[in-house]
Amino acid sequence: MQSSLTEPPAAEQLPADSRQPREHTKESKQDGKLGLFRLLLKDRFATASALILVVVGLTALIGPALMGDLATKQNLLFANKAPFTVAHGWEYFLGSDSLGRSMLARLVVASRTTLSVAVPAVAVALVIGSLWGVWAGYHRGWRENVSMRIADVIMSFPSLLLAVVVLYVFSPSAANIVLILALTRIPIYLRTARAESAELQSRTFVDAARTFGAKPSAIIVRHVIPVVLPTLLTLATLEFCYVMLAESSLSFLGIGIQPPDVSWGLMVSQGRQYLQTAWWLSIFPGVAIVVTTIAANVLAAWLRIATDPAQRWRLALPRKRLIARIPVKETQP
Amino acid sequence: MLIYLRKRIVSSALPLVVVIVGVFALARMTGNPASLYLPLNATQQMRDDFTARNGLDQPLLVQMADYFGGVFRLDFGQSLRTGQDAAAMALRAFPATLQLAATTMVLAVLLALVVGCWAALKPNGIADRISSFVSMAAASIPDFWLAIVGIWVFAITLGWLPTSGVSGASAWVLPIATLLLRPFGVLVQIVRGSMVSALSEPYIKLARSRGAGELRVVTHHALRNAAAPALTVAGDLTVGLVNGAVVVETIFGWPGIGKLMIDSILQRDFAVLQAAVLLTALAIFALNILIDMGYALLDARVRPVTVKA
Repeated sequence: MQSSLTEPPAAEQLPADSRQPREHTKESKQDGKLGLFRLLLKDRFATASALILVVVGLTALIGPALMGDLATKQNLLFANKAPFTVAHGWEYFLGSDSLGRSMLARLVVASRTTLSVAVPAVAVALVIGSLWGVWAGYHRGWRENVSMRIADVIMSFPSLLLAVVVLYVFSPSAANIVLILALTRIPIYLRTARAESAELQSRTFVDAARTFGAKPSAIIVRHVIPVVLPTLLTLATLEFCYVMLAESSLSFLGIGIQPPDVSWGLMVSQGRQYLQTAWWLSIFPGVAIVVTTIAANVLAAWLRIATDPAQRWRLALPRKRLIARIPVKETQP
Repeated sequence: MLIYLRKRIVSSALPLVVVIVGVFALARMTGNPASLYLPLNATQQMRDDFTARNGLDQPLLVQMADYFGGVFRLDFGQSLRTGQDAAAMALRAFPATLQLAATTMVLAVLLALVVGCWAALKPNGIADRISSFVSMAAASIPDFWLAIVGIWVFAITLGWLPTSGVSGASAWVLPIATLLLRPFGVLVQIVRGSMVSALSEPYIKLARSRGAGELRVVTHHALRNAAAPALTVAGDLTVGLVNGAVVVETIFGWPGIGKLMIDSILQRDFAVLQAAVLLTALAIFALNILIDMGYALLDARVRPVTVKA
């Protein structure tokens, strides 16, 4: 293949380029992964966040199976039991709802619904938006202009309203929610990927590959995407929060997840009418949302520094000195 | 300046048109309102009459042409539900949202400027901690949940504030506090970031060496240069504020345009939905133009640069 022939010289010609992906050989790749993991363990907050996300993910994966039919089993004798007591059994530790269903079990089951909307939505938007953006940025010209105009159009209208209208036209199934959330978030990746790739396509190592006759698609896949990927993955972590909040809002407004399915946002909405008598029905699912999004946010902030070769040294320092050394915290994109 | 403005107007008008056409088409796909508004035992004749009277039997393009023709004559048609003029309904709801959004944005910008500057002057001070905490909260807390917690704590448990309605100043506190979180959290980080970089510029050193006081350095020299990024972001945030307004108005029973839109979608009230959407899109369009003008006034470097990127 042409591109694989041209690649090693292109990589060797520019050893000084800090943004040149180092992960060309197998060993350096593994080394980088291990180094990243070790860096993660050094940061208490980032480690805790990663742990929380792993726990939430595992809960969503295997939790519903462990809970069996607890989440749907009604027991009117135990209706609206207050939380934080095991007097009625462990399953009522987080209280029960107006039909006597265990809050704990419902939260666990809802975690799967919530994640099964948020994760695919982020993944779809990430893949489509990034590829599109990299392509537009690499080719410049009319492809870039048209893409940016489309992104402007989508971004200039309140996303929630767009989702409200679309979900009312098409039935609010989980697949439709994923699609509309992905659609409204594609411009974020599109813009970022376009900007990075437009800058990269004028760099020497891309020029070198071009001189050797590599096709645009090969250059994009082998030279541009590896460099842009860390930024986009960090962005995706951040976007995970946004998409989760958006799904919750839609479910809260009654046009997201529909009963008898249950998501955290829907639970907040259902508990709203019992706010005076059973506050835990609305508060606990909200806490679950907040804990998950904070964890993803902290991890994204850490990733942003850890995947940037120019800033990574900061994470190697002890935390106290680190704070003293960073005058400007990165602002959100 | 005029050429620059014209370019911006043209490029902002495109989304406006696309949005109106898109929402029009989507709203038509929600199903025939005849089945919603006529009694269950209505005859086919009555259904056909209803459809013809409201022009729903025409081809989509004819309906759209009628609609755009109506827009230019300021005629948005009547609400199918109440029979009132759709434009009048939207205009009546608009001020409530505008008051809410404007108060929130003004408060958010002022607070962000004060806290952001303070945080930039004293890294790791109280203001710096507040600003990082708030921006983390803004990115993590769902606004509907915040509103519910607010109702639970301040309205139900403490009984200080009403749970909904628009009567009296106390009814404004919770909606504004809920809406405020996100714009403030984002803006304060932007202001802080651009103030930190502005304060390290040579012209600040010059101003200080010429004996300018700290307050004057901040307000006259640094802030003027640091304001441009905050202004750009404020525009995007206002679009997001409409999202928040829909949720907040639904929870607090605020008779604004967000609630009107949700209601009209749920009741298949095409005319009202379109009037409300058009009004919102127009407001966002006008705001973008205003922000571009403000941006051009603040930053001379922007003016000759065209939108070409």
